Amino acid sequence: MTPLAGFLIVAALVFSIGLAIALTRRNAILVLIGIELMLNAANLNLIAFWRFGPHPEALTGMMFAIFSIAVAAAEAAVGLGLVIAYHRHSKTTDLDTMTRMKG
Amino acid sequence: MIPTLFGLTLPFLILAALTIAGAVAAALLRNLVHCALSLTITFAGLALLYLNLDAQFVGFVQMLVYIGAVAILVVFAILLTRGAGMPEYRSFSSNWLLGLVLAAATFALLAWAVTLSLPASAASAAPAVTVQGIGVALMTTYVLPLEIVAILLTVALIGAVIVAMPEAKSAKSPSAGKAGAQ
Repeated sequence: MTPLAGFLIVAALVFSIGLAIALTRRNAILVLIGIELMLNAANLNLIAFWRFGPHPEALTGMMFAIFSIAVAAAEAAVGLGLVIAYHRHSKTTDLDTMTRMKG
Repeated sequence: MIPTLFGLTLPFLILAALTIAGAVAAALLRNLVHCALSLTITFAGLALLYLNLDAQFVGFVQMLVYIGAVAILVVFAILLTRGAGMPEYRSFSSNWLLGLVLAAATFALLAWAVTLSLPASAASAAPAVTVQGIGVALMTTYVLPLEIVAILLTVALIGAVIVAMPEAKSAKSPSAGKAGAQ
């Protein structure tokens, strides 16, 4: 197995675990955690392809990962703010009972 | 020479095991605070994997943003929603088996594609990337995405504060009406 394949397999595992968290857990915060894990797996792919690609001095993959981290941070802030607002309104973070978001 | 196993170096295997173990623990633990802590272990493992890939800047950005900010944000959200301790409802969704099968199928597809399609490329020499070079690239080639990300972060943070803020108007009017009735 080449080093690149090793990194890609690890990224695929992290992505699948994030997907499993997002699909199976009932707490809204944990679903956001699963989405964060999936974004991180994509970042690991970008960095691995940047490192083992033909032109690592071009910095393209690294820049993509940096911007992706910034977007993920914004997503986490907004998502957790939404969960807190919903909890203030309905006193629950259980996704199975979250059926409406209208105030 | 670093010892290798199946063509993979020992530091990589240790970091990969750490990352995967943290992610699995986050998926399986029932206490939300424990989930957040194992998530932090996964973020740290990913940061160390970036360092292993000679991407020092991204590795330290990952540590600052994810371990420093996102993990703290998650813990705050858990504590503000009283999610600490054992949950009052079952942790897993009623159709958890379907989700697990979907995730496993996704991993099988990705792993199959990775093992089938990659050429046996050896690692090239470590690229000489300096923080100065990254800064110059951000200010020249990538200046438009940088400005867009700056606007996005500002909008997202203001929006998060507005969304999470108590509704001042609707909270005030019932209490004012109550005070008037009394």
